[in-house]
Amino acid sequence: MATPSDSSGAATEPAIGTVPEALAEPTVGEGARPSIWPPVPRLVLGIRIVIGVALSVAALYAPFYFTPENNRILSQAIYLSIAAMGLNLLTGFNGQVSIGHGAFFGVGAFTTAILMVDHDWTFEATIPVAAALSGLVGLLVGFPALRVRGLYLALVTLGLAVLFPRVASKYVEGAGGVALLRPKRSGFASLIDGLDDDQWAYFLCLAIAVVLFLLAWNLVRGRMGRAMIAVRDQEIAASTVGVNLAGIKVGTFALSAAYAGVAGSLSVMINRIADATNPVLYLQLSIEFLVAMVIGGAATILGPAVGAFILVFLRRNTEDLIEGKEILAPAIFGAALIAIVYVLPEGVVGGVRRLLARLGRRSAGSAARPAPASASDVPNDSINPGGSHEEGT
Amino acid sequence: MQLFVEQVLNGIANGVVYGSVALALVLIFRTTSVLNFAQGEMALFSTYITWKLADEGDGFGLPIVAAIAISMVIAFVAGAVIERVLIRPVEQARSPLNVVIVTLGLFLGLNSVAQLLFGTDPQFMPSPFPEGSIELFSSGGDTAVLPKSTIGMILVLLAECILLWFLLQRTKAGLMLRAVASNPDSARLHGIRSGRMLMLGWAMAAAIGALAGSLVAAQRTGFDASLMQTVLVFALAAAALGGFDSLLGAVVAGLVVGIADALTIQYVDALDGIEVVLPLALILIVLVVRPNGLFGRRTVERV
Amino acid sequence: MSLLELVSVRGGYGPVRVLDDVDLTVEEGHVAVVLGANGAGKTTTLRAISGMIHARGEILFDGQSILGRSPEAVAKLGIAHVPQGRGTFTDLTVEENLRVGAVNRTGGGVKTDLDRWYSVFPRLAERRNQEAGSMSGGEQQMLALARAMMARPRLLLLDEPSLGLAPLVTRELFAQLGDLNRNDGLTVLVVEQNANLALDIGHWGYVLEAGHIAVQGAAAQLHDDEAVRKAYLGF
Repeated sequence: MATPSDSSGAATEPAIGTVPEALAEPTVGEGARPSIWPPVPRLVLGIRIVIGVALSVAALYAPFYFTPENNRILSQAIYLSIAAMGLNLLTGFNGQVSIGHGAFFGVGAFTTAILMVDHDWTFEATIPVAAALSGLVGLLVGFPALRVRGLYLALVTLGLAVLFPRVASKYVEGAGGVALLRPKRSGFASLIDGLDDDQWAYFLCLAIAVVLFLLAWNLVRGRMGRAMIAVRDQEIAASTVGVNLAGIKVGTFALSAAYAGVAGSLSVMINRIADATNPVLYLQLSIEFLVAMVIGGAATILGPAVGAFILVFLRRNTEDLIEGKEILAPAIFGAALIAIVYVLPEGVVGGVRRLLARLGRRSAGSAARPAPASASDVPNDSINPGGSHEEGT
Repeated sequence: MQLFVEQVLNGIANGVVYGSVALALVLIFRTTSVLNFAQGEMALFSTYITWKLADEGDGFGLPIVAAIAISMVIAFVAGAVIERVLIRPVEQARSPLNVVIVTLGLFLGLNSVAQLLFGTDPQFMPSPFPEGSIELFSSGGDTAVLPKSTIGMILVLLAECILLWFLLQRTKAGLMLRAVASNPDSARLHGIRSGRMLMLGWAMAAAIGALAGSLVAAQRTGFDASLMQTVLVFALAAAALGGFDSLLGAVVAGLVVGIADALTIQYVDALDGIEVVLPLALILIVLVVRPNGLFGRRTVERV
Repeated sequence: MSLLELVSVRGGYGPVRVLDDVDLTVEEGHVAVVLGANGAGKTTTLRAISGMIHARGEILFDGQSILGRSPEAVAKLGIAHVPQGRGTFTDLTVEENLRVGAVNRTGGGVKTDLDRWYSVFPRLAERRNQEAGSMSGGEQQMLALARAMMARPRLLLLDEPSLGLAPLVTRELFAQLGDLNRNDGLTVLVVEQNANLALDIGHWGYVLEAGHIAVQGAAAQLHDDEAVRKAYLGF
């Protein structure tokens, strides 16, 4: 049982032999430990259901209401959230920090673009290939990543993101002689009569996102997820309980890379371009994924989605905020990022959870004070239960 | 041979730049355990301040050395304020990723505000070093030269390393700084005001960054707001290569990265266009073999 | 005169209340032992004293209220707190760790003290230039104790010093502690699960249960009293 005395801010070393909480005991059935997920009082559940339904309806109706341009932006937010989710699996749940997921995104994007431009594939068929290829690259990166820790891993992945556009420029040649591919518009045509191209694109992104998010949710709640978290929190202890460290870490890397690859693939449909001429683009993307994950709420399921939408929203709005002083747009954006992280250190989802938890507590009765111990029935009279003692001894 | 030497010297000139920014990065990391992605832009802002102080046209027309010194003092104060106001409250929420976001926000903000305040035109920074170059040797009609400014920067860097080493390893303040970096809560229990030490770490790194930026700008014919952007990636690489807890390592690694980059550009055609692979590959190999960098101290993990 | 006095102390972490009316006194020159199960609030009590958490009630050190003071301020008053996990400065060498203990001392004598602790704990002397993080748990505990003593504190707060230590090492540690108390007059408040060894060197004992003192008495008597032992101390 986790003790309150261990949960303060001061550094406490776990005693040798403790098993990471996530793996300790079964979470269902009689005598089971409560799940690592917080309990959900009825009021909170009600609120969640209402919000969920409202959002689902809005999401399904949106493309018919908005202009193609806006649908495009929504779709961008959706594939951004997929990439952020991938990063979340690796960094939020598994503790391996990566600032290079833009590279995997790029692999996915270029896989799709090359297959469409050079080999005439239809877009939808390229998605699984993009996922597989970027997953493979992720796998290859995951192995040496085993040896590199924390900060250094972050920097090495940063290097990947810087490297990618240059490698792509070297080996990929598009129509203009540079690493820029524009697949034909017809390759992205809507597969459903009655849906415009941009609407179809939106729904495809949405459907894939839902599937991938559900997959992630399922993963994280299961044994694999608990193993991932255990590796994040107490790697050495986890290995003593039989968790295959290398397997989990490399596997998570590959999976998260695959997510980013899918996002990259989708981006080609939305933007109709795969472009490696900008040397900092994929680094910027890597940072966007990280920012989306953090401001949405790391190690949560909804966090990446919330963060992605906030990010896209912020970007659109800081651009036209100050007339004549567009130069300040990055500054405002930067200030907004700082403000969010200041006010909501656990991201939006974390903050909302805390708020709901407080509401839930209030509706279920105030936090119980520890019950006073029953009077001692020790007969020896030199021992005073609870009273102050005299001088001497 | 001539070309080789020339490229090595080129590499050294660049490497000195990377090393000086890497030094500031490592200093902040050693004292506060934060990786400051905004280091380059903080240096950029200070560089503009130096320029403003020294410029005879629009500025105050101070002698360049005085301008640099004053700029360093301003940076010192600013660094302390940034730590107290922006970094510490976020760090107390205990997620290192949050601090990364703040430094990224600073990165964007400082660059953009600098452009707003100082304009986007290239500016000229006078150099505190004498003009000209020193001949190293001649062979067959060509002479290999090293600019005096490069030598000057190397000397400045070495002086910084020595001073910082002395401060950190041999003074009480340095001990307290390192104690706070190692275990801030335990340090407080020993009566050390952790907050003050963190501010000091940032202040010092900011001042060093101001010096680095000013000297780098002086090395070039003109500078603008993009001065630090490519430098940062190489500086990060150098800091990682050297091991994030070694000051001298940062400088040496900076030179290594600079030289390796220059040589790769020149000699390895297969990597034409992607020369940056080499420094990155170098780092990856080094880290796989020595996970704490070339000079980093091995930290043993105990359960 | 009581060196340390806790009166009706309440405190915890955010909404979680751990300490619920804790009354505690430590006489100067005594070893006071606080026992209790996990979660009873032993560590929290020490944290309340050294200012690491917010608490309410009264905490008096040498007659002065120290409630609400920061840990740095409390340390400077002469209270040394060795936390759970030992608080080792892992990146610093053993000698540097010890010197950190002495940072707030004015006047000389640091070298003398270093020599003293090296002779009390020879293993530390052997490893004086080694990185502290590479030492075993027992060695780190010795280091933590010596480091705390470098500040020449009036009151030593020890949080579960036996945690994770081999029995022989624990014995040695408590023996040293007993010596320090007898020979130097060091006042100690030690929180322990290992009741046996702690009570052996202790003068007065408290049993903490669910945030308040359930039982207290002379250490020897607590040690010998079977009913108390069975009910609260598990042996």
